[in-house]
Order: sequence, then C-alpha cells, then structure tokens
Amino acid sequence: MEKNITVTLRVWRQENPKAKGEFKEYKVSSTTDTSFLETLDILNEDLVAKGEEPITFDHDCREGICGMCSLYINGHPHGPATKATTCQLYMRRFKDGDVISVEPWRSAAFPVIKDLMVNRNAFDQIQQAGGYVSFNCGGAQDANALPIAKTDADLAMDAATCIGCGACVAACKNGSAMLFVSAKVSQFALLPQGRVEANRRALAMVAKMDELGFGNCTNTRACEAECPKGISIANIARLNREYLKAKFNS
Amino acid sequence: MSNLFSSSIGKKLIMSVTGLFLVLFLLFHMSMNLVAAFSGEAYNAVCEFLGTNWYALAGTAVLALGFIFHIIYAFVLSVKNRKARGADRYSVTVKPKSVEWASQNMLVLGLIVILGVVLHLSQFWYKMMFAELAGIENSISATDGAAWIKFYFSQPVVAVLYIVWLAALWFHVTHGFWSAIQTIGWNNNIWVERWECISRIFATVVCVGFAVVVLGFAIGIFPLC
Ligand code: SF4
Ligand code: FES
Repeated sequence: MEKNITVTLRVWRQENPKAKGEFKEYKVSSTTDTSFLETLDILNEDLVAKGEEPITFDHDCREGICGMCSLYINGHPHGPATKATTCQLYMRRFKDGDVISVEPWRSAAFPVIKDLMVNRNAFDQIQQAGGYVSFNCGGAQDANALPIAKTDADLAMDAATCIGCGACVAACKNGSAMLFVSAKVSQFALLPQGRVEANRRALAMVAKMDELGFGNCTNTRACEAECPKGISIANIARLNREYLKAKFNS
Repeated sequence: MSNLFSSSIGKKLIMSVTGLFLVLFLLFHMSMNLVAAFSGEAYNAVCEFLGTNWYALAGTAVLALGFIFHIIYAFVLSVKNRKARGADRYSVTVKPKSVEWASQNMLVLGLIVILGVVLHLSQFWYKMMFAELAGIENSISATDGAAWIKFYFSQPVVAVLYIVWLAALWFHVTHGFWSAIQTIGWNNNIWVERWECISRIFATVVCVGFAVVVLGFAIGIFPLC
C-alpha cells in the first residue's frame, strides 16, 4: 500500500567542474510508490519555487534501458537494489525519516560537470575506437544460413545488455572500465560478423581505455555485483583472452 | 607483440605469470618443509643437494626476478589505480557481500608477505645458501638445516610472527591464484566460482602445510624420527 514518506537527501552540490563541491541536506516528502528520480523532481520543484538552483542529475528513458541515469546512493551505484538502475529505484526501499546520501560517480575519467551529473564521454570515445562492425553485413539473411550455437548467441545477448551507464567504474576501487569494455568486445567476439574485426577491436578499445586514464582491474568483482544488467566478469576473462590473442597475432 | 607490457592488460599479465610462478614455488617449498617434519636427516640431504646444485641456483635467481617484478608491478599498478579513482572520495561506501575482503587489500597483504620474506631470507637463505656461496664462516652449515629449524622455531616470538605471515599469505593467495587465472583469460561463467574454490583449497593446503611445520617445531614434536 502506498504510504507517505519524508526523507532527508544529503546531496552533493558542485557549481561546475572546477568548483569545490559540498553536501547539502534537503527534506523532501514523497510516497513509497514514487520513484527515486521523481522524488528528486519533487525536490527540484520545491527548490525552483523557492528561487534556488535545482539539482542537476542525468536521466532519460526512466525505464532502465538508456544508461543515462547514475547516482551513488547510500554507498551503492544505482542505489541499494540489485540488478536495477537508479530510475528503477522506488522510495519503498527507504524508511520514513531516512537520511539518504546521493553522490555523483567518482572516477578521474568521469569528471563532475555539475552537481550529480558526470561526463561519461570517455565511454563514447572507447566505443568510437572499435565498438562497432565497420563493413556492410548485407540484409537480413535466411534463418539458419549462418548457424550460431545457442550458448554463444545467449552469451553475446547477455553482453549486449550493457547500457553503458558506468556503474562498474563507479563501483571499482581502481576506477577500471574493464567490465564495460569487456561487454562491448564480447557482444561482437562471440558472433561471426564480429569476429572479422575482433583483433583490431580488442586492441583499439583497450588502448583507448588505457589512454583515457581508467584504472587496472584487480578482479574484486565489485563491478559485477553493482552492474544493473548483471554483466559477468567472465566477459573480462574473454576480453583478456581476445586482447592477448590479438597482441600475439599482431 | 609491440608494447604489450605498456598496456594495462600486459602489466596485469606480468602480475599474473609471476604470481603463478610464486605459488608453484610455495607448493614446492612447503613439500620440502614437510620432509623436515618427518626426518631431519632427509631434510639435510635435500638442503645439501639444493645448495650445491646449479639448477637450484638458477631456479633461485629466476624466482628472485619473478618476485621483484611482482612487487614492482604491484606498485606501478596501484599508483595508477589510485589516480584513476579521482581526487574526491565517496562519503559513504558499502561493499557488496560478494566482494572478497582479500581482493580489496592485496597491496597491504603483499607488504606483510614481503616483511615475512625479508625476515625469513635473513634467517634461512642468507645463513645457508648465501653463506655457502660467499664462503662466510660461522654460519649454519647448509648440511644441518634441521638443527637450525629446531632451534629457530622453538622461540615463541618467531613462531607467532610466522603464523601472522602465513595468515596474510593465505588471504593473498586465495585472491591471487584465481585472479591470475582470470587475467590470462582462462575463465568462463562456470569456472569462475570453481577457480575461486580451488584458490581457497590451494591456499589452505599450502599455508596449513607451512603452519604445521612451524607449530610442530615450536612445541617440539618434530622431527618425528
Ligand atoms: S557493464 Fe554494467 S555497470 Fe558497466 S556500463 Fe555496462 S551496464 Fe553499466
Ligand atoms: S534513465 Fe534510462 S536507464 Fe535510467
């Protein structure tokens, strides 16, 4: 049953990338069936009504598919729910009177733009380095013209569910982007259309990841535990394999 | 092959391969210690063989190199990782339950292991193999390692220090072993849990093997014959 709930949000406020940020506390009234982002909307309306600067945060689809929402809520990227994005988080997760801390992703490669919004352009750059198939695959083929094992198709599909949100980087004590890159490399490496450029792709994407200042994976598995799409670190093993194979072949 | 070792995965490969080499050595060393638990004479024979054998010497040199590379790259990677984390830290962090404690503390655990190794080398390797090579007088005879072990571990402080060292080593290896396999890329959805389990078993066998010998000598029941 829907209940009213009043919480205190301890929100990171930062004027611009260079400014020194700080936490500010806001009391906000919401309901248990209201989403976390809607609660931020309610707070922002209050702030605007009072003539204060609203809180800047990223969001778009609000249904867990676009990867735009972020937020480090009470010590977890995308909040306390597992396998869910921030936009899929509801206030019923919290208790009346809770103090909820809301921070931006923190990583050198994702600088804060304003308040809770960070610049995740580094992920776009990694994708642009090789996260695509560059030749024309032609129109849709006849079914079964190109047999692909069900296990491979499933693994490729699982990898392809990565929404590029960056929670893996936010969760990692090393600021490593390996889970993201491994998902993007795996979704192609497992399929015949992607194999053609597999070597070039693995080399280029890892080189770009290194260049952009992401850290080195030490296999803590924090990324996998916090990923809203449940991307497995088995993909990281595949990326390591693909990369080493490509290096030895180059 | 160009610039493999300047890449993040290449550097991790160095950690992985040297680490695997070091755990193999641990297994070998532990087996040798068990010999001492059974028979002082047999252990002395092994010491004598290893001290005068050029293969063993070459092995020691390679081992030392592996160890040095493992340490250097641990620091190189840690510095880079700290930088990648950014200047601002989270005010609240909750580690997911599935994250092993050891995996978050490998550098500290490694530092404890290094301290233990320094103590150990100064008491055993320096006094035995090095002394023999350098012709230093008054050291323990390489052919009487068993007597030295007996005396050395009868000191309670030494025994306690070794157990602390072994505990740190256990944590380090539980994460390090499977992590090394993962870095080589020899892993998948099914094997990821299996490798973690194998790591724990391996670390337990090796560390308990070492600890039994330390404790056995500390309380004076070894060598058995
Ligand atoms: S791997 Fe998971 S956490 Fe990382 S970007 Fe993709 S969906 Fe987000
Ligand atoms: S807003 Fe699109 S995934 Fe959350």
